[in-house]
Amino acid sequence: MDFFLQQLINAVTLGGFYALIALGYTMVYGIIQLINFAHGEFFAAGGYMGVILLAWMNSQGYMDSHPWLCLGIAFVLAMAYCAVLAMGVEKVAYKPLRRASKLSVLLSALGMSIFLQNGLMLTQGVYDKTYPGVYAKGALELGGFTFTYLQLIAIATTALLMVGLNRLVYKTRLGKAMRATAQDRVMATLVGISSDRIISVTFAIGAALAAASGILVGLYYGSVRYDMGFVPGIKAFAAAVLGGIGSITGAMLGGLIIGITEIFTAAYISGEYKDVFAFVILIAVLYFMPTGLMGENINDTRV
Amino acid sequence: MTPASKSLISKLLLAALWLFVLVWPLTGITPQGLEFAKALRIVGAAMAGTLLCLGALKLNKSMNLGVGRAVSSVTSSLSRTPGWLWKWGLVVALAAFPFVSSRYGQDVAINVLVYVALGLGLNIVVGLAGLLDLGYIAFYGVGAYTYALLSIHFQMSFWLALPLCALFAATAGCIIGYPTLRMRGDYLAIVTLGFGEILRLVLNNWMDLTGGPNGLLGIKAPVIYLPDPEKGWELTRTLLKSPTAQYFLILAIAAFTVLAVRRLADSRIGRAWEAIREDETAASIMGVNTFALKLLAYAMGAVFGGLAGAFFSAKMRFVSPGSFTFIESAMVLAMVVLGGMGSIPGIVLGAIALIALPEVFRDFEHYRMLVFGAAMAIMMLFRPAGLIPAKRVGRRSEEAHS
Repeated sequence: MDFFLQQLINAVTLGGFYALIALGYTMVYGIIQLINFAHGEFFAAGGYMGVILLAWMNSQGYMDSHPWLCLGIAFVLAMAYCAVLAMGVEKVAYKPLRRASKLSVLLSALGMSIFLQNGLMLTQGVYDKTYPGVYAKGALELGGFTFTYLQLIAIATTALLMVGLNRLVYKTRLGKAMRATAQDRVMATLVGISSDRIISVTFAIGAALAAASGILVGLYYGSVRYDMGFVPGIKAFAAAVLGGIGSITGAMLGGLIIGITEIFTAAYISGEYKDVFAFVILIAVLYFMPTGLMGENINDTRV
Repeated sequence: MTPASKSLISKLLLAALWLFVLVWPLTGITPQGLEFAKALRIVGAAMAGTLLCLGALKLNKSMNLGVGRAVSSVTSSLSRTPGWLWKWGLVVALAAFPFVSSRYGQDVAINVLVYVALGLGLNIVVGLAGLLDLGYIAFYGVGAYTYALLSIHFQMSFWLALPLCALFAATAGCIIGYPTLRMRGDYLAIVTLGFGEILRLVLNNWMDLTGGPNGLLGIKAPVIYLPDPEKGWELTRTLLKSPTAQYFLILAIAAFTVLAVRRLADSRIGRAWEAIREDETAASIMGVNTFALKLLAYAMGAVFGGLAGAFFSAKMRFVSPGSFTFIESAMVLAMVVLGGMGSIPGIVLGAIALIALPEVFRDFEHYRMLVFGAAMAIMMLFRPAGLIPAKRVGRRSEEAHS
């Protein structure tokens, strides 16, 4: 039983990482019906910005005096960096293709993904970069369970960001504009919402969340790699689809399901086939609910 | 200075600044200190490249160098030559190619032909039937592993195994196709991607059968019987091992694929696929059996993937899961979309562009994929319908409303 609950903590941590990336997919898809294949690269870029900033602050000695402030600064700067990157990518690779067929946009996204990944490789090298181990020390005993500090950081940050996003989407004017644009872009434009700006902002928010996930994953596993964006990107996309693409709650739920599946398959069935089970569950869910768990029926409503 | 050029300059400066903001943190922040030179160099190079391209564009426009005119005069004189001359010229050129090119050239040509077969197979699924498939490389893998296993365990000859590879791939196509028939668009894309990944992971982990990540060794090359002039034209057993022999083998497979896909596209089945692509609901109302035909599209697409796969394992005489990753699927899809969906010459051109062109940049090894990715994105900006768009293509019903 203890083992089970311990695994559950691991699963929620991992699921949170996926959910953060999935939110970006789902938000972008909700507005312009585009699978942003380059989204996984924002995650990788975020992880790299985190390690670069923390390593620099560590070398300057700031980390010894204010470790938590440094971590906070790294988060904010990396998220800002990825937001700017995503807005740029959107302007260069997606905006001119607003009226083109879906497949050409998909391909442009794929090209962008290859470009960004190789850009990361050329500037940062092909080897793993290790995070400074300051935050890896220590664990908290709570009623017989061990939470490592890293797990606490991960779960707390994920929860904070998700609550923040929820407030942003459902409580602010910007969120209202985003929801309106997602529902009907033409109508939203007619009532004075600048849909180009909203799309740009959506990309930025999605990328910032992915960047946060990148740092968390980097901290959690201790290192980052230039091609680390691909597999989590695919799984997060699966999570977004699983939850019903376009639905924010769905993305969070989907991320958790993928994380739980992965950890429990690894713990109880087979470590080698954990990814297979994640995809099998995805296919099974889509077979019975072709638009995901919380998705609307796109075939009818989008007409 | 015109106002237009002024705004161009400010735009360029803004882009340079933006690029610097993106590049500098990646190159300039090191534990040793802050560095600006490298980022400035990269931004400078990018700006110089952009200016060069803009200048060339402007020069072509203002000086009326007539690049466009030259191209159109060449194409018009080409179209005046009779069609049979074209066809036979192409056949002769393809047959003569391995004798006039180097070993390296032959290798590249073999690669291009493998991807032509793959691209045309995927074209049935994506281009004709309009089903977005991101796991197509799985069928290539099924074909390759089928021949590998048959050859290693049963010493089966390549020619006997070839139809079996096609059969197994088609079965795999049906297995993947069946549960996805209810899905559309992006849901379909992710499920096919999932299937592709599942196959790769199974190949990677089923140690007893597939040898896991180490792959399978000891696959036999195909055998044919050729008359040998030294032995008085007696038929002798010849292994198709040399690049020239492999070239002709894959040329035959690719030619078969081209003919088959062409006939399919012009048949009733092909028309029905196109009807499904344009509007599935309308097609089914008109009496098209969408269920059977979509399944058939998967199976037929898989057949050609399987044939190419069988050739691949016979050529390499080694297979491992590393050859069947998502990026391969993406490459094949890129060929289909880049060349022009549903258009056979387009896809051949797409395969040449994506396989042969990166070889030209071999010397810039590190920047090859960087340029490739950028080229892919830029291509889509300028020719979203592909290099040679298909003649019969409408606007999909799914996209018409978005």
